[in-house]
Amino acid sequence: MKDNTKIIVDGFSAFYGQTEALKKIELSIFSQERLAIIGPSNSGKSTFLRSLNRLNDLHRHFSYTGKIVFDGKDIYDPQVNVPSLRRRIGMVYAVPAPLPCSIYDNIAYGPKVSGIRSRSQLDELVEFGLKNAFLWDEVKDRLHQPASNLSGGQQQRMCLARSLALQPEVLLLDEPCSGLDPISTAKIEDALLELKSSYAIVLVTNNTKQAARASDRTVFFLMGQLIEVGQTGQLFTTPADKRTEAYITGQFG
Amino acid sequence: MKITPATSQRFVVTILWLLTAITILVLLFIIVYILFHGIRNVTWSFLTESPRRMGRQGGVFPMIVGTIAVTGLAVLIAAPVGVLTTIFLTEYTRESKLTSVIRFGADCLAAIPSIIFGLFGFVFFVVVLGMGFSIISGALTLAIMVLPTIIRTSEEAIRAVPAVYREVSYGLGSTRWQMVTRVVLKSALPGIGTGIVLSIGRCVSETAAVMLTAGSALRMPYSPLESSRTLSLHFYILSREGISMQNAYATASVLIITILAINIIAYLLMRRLIAKVR
Repeated sequence: MKDNTKIIVDGFSAFYGQTEALKKIELSIFSQERLAIIGPSNSGKSTFLRSLNRLNDLHRHFSYTGKIVFDGKDIYDPQVNVPSLRRRIGMVYAVPAPLPCSIYDNIAYGPKVSGIRSRSQLDELVEFGLKNAFLWDEVKDRLHQPASNLSGGQQQRMCLARSLALQPEVLLLDEPCSGLDPISTAKIEDALLELKSSYAIVLVTNNTKQAARASDRTVFFLMGQLIEVGQTGQLFTTPADKRTEAYITGQFG
Repeated sequence: MKITPATSQRFVVTILWLLTAITILVLLFIIVYILFHGIRNVTWSFLTESPRRMGRQGGVFPMIVGTIAVTGLAVLIAAPVGVLTTIFLTEYTRESKLTSVIRFGADCLAAIPSIIFGLFGFVFFVVVLGMGFSIISGALTLAIMVLPTIIRTSEEAIRAVPAVYREVSYGLGSTRWQMVTRVVLKSALPGIGTGIVLSIGRCVSETAAVMLTAGSALRMPYSPLESSRTLSLHFYILSREGISMQNAYATASVLIITILAINIIAYLLMRRLIAKVR
């Protein structure tokens, strides 16, 4: 497993002003694995996710201590090219967020800003992303229609396709199914299972059942602390920590 | 006696209707009155000839050219400067003392009477920089005058762009500038366009500021360094000095039709733009 390590989080704490949102997190993330992060709201799940591709930088009062090492390099090193980091660590948000343009342009956006101009290359990447997000068959005849015409579930898969078109190494998903119906949710989960062979997937979810069903390893966060991490089957049947047990059995959260 | 909710509702609706009707009627009255007195004198030769005998006879062709030149140049200067200032204020700086001072300054500038801009333009461009009474002096003065309008309307349009677009763009590996040009400006374009159209209207109808800077020459301008009289100034002089009320109304008709046309064209363009963006 050792050579599969994609990201090592080493004593990472995150702050918004004086508030400590994450407390000395230690965690490794491997490729070819779906890692689920569960925990009640305000437990730091999203902050953690957004620290991994430096989206927290946009927050005015954000600061951190500790290290996050991606492929042997500290991502918070001042020399890091942040746009290129974000291309390698893709993100899908809780609410489907299509840009106000066509389906094609949404998916081609990432490759375009990375400097790809060739039409055929863009076509290929758009098709690649849509196929891997299981959306190609539904939209291949209307790629140039506004993305806002798609249903919510389709929009979310389009957002997934948009991240995949950049051929990232790590895929971060922040409660991607929170607003979706069960069928769309199942489609996204199917896609993640397929994608696992080529990516490291980190899935933040409020839905413990989803974590149990669609992940290999699960982490439990509470109040900014990492309480427990383990194989999903094990964590859900024999949690080591009482708080984990209380959360997954629905006693709070 | 107690007023029932239904009565007060009817009362309010009546008042609102009445006020709306008054506003629209006043506007219609002005337009109809001026067109009624002026439109029959707006002939092809009026539009294409130079004025003779100080404007008693002949047409307004040089004024049309002057108006287009002064307005066009002013907007060409003000629009990029205003939009880039707005981008700096909204996307490149955090909200601070400095930005609120700049914003306050823009608001104050917007409230200054145009004649003051004219005076400034006269002192600075015409005299100090030695540009003389010229189209360029007028355009620069008008550009300063409409800058606050452009900044404020663009700012509102840019602030209305959902924050999530910015996050998505960053998340997909764009730089800030790519995010601004490909996402923010694109979605804010209709709003920015509205501000620019408003400024065009203000430039076309401005009188005091151009009188002091572009001058009031009657001849055809052949370069931006020559003086030229705009349509609204021509109207002012014709009526104020009692030269020819007939031609004054005709000039006003041309002005009104021009402004209506600009607004209609801009409105249609915006609608097409919005349809394309969404």
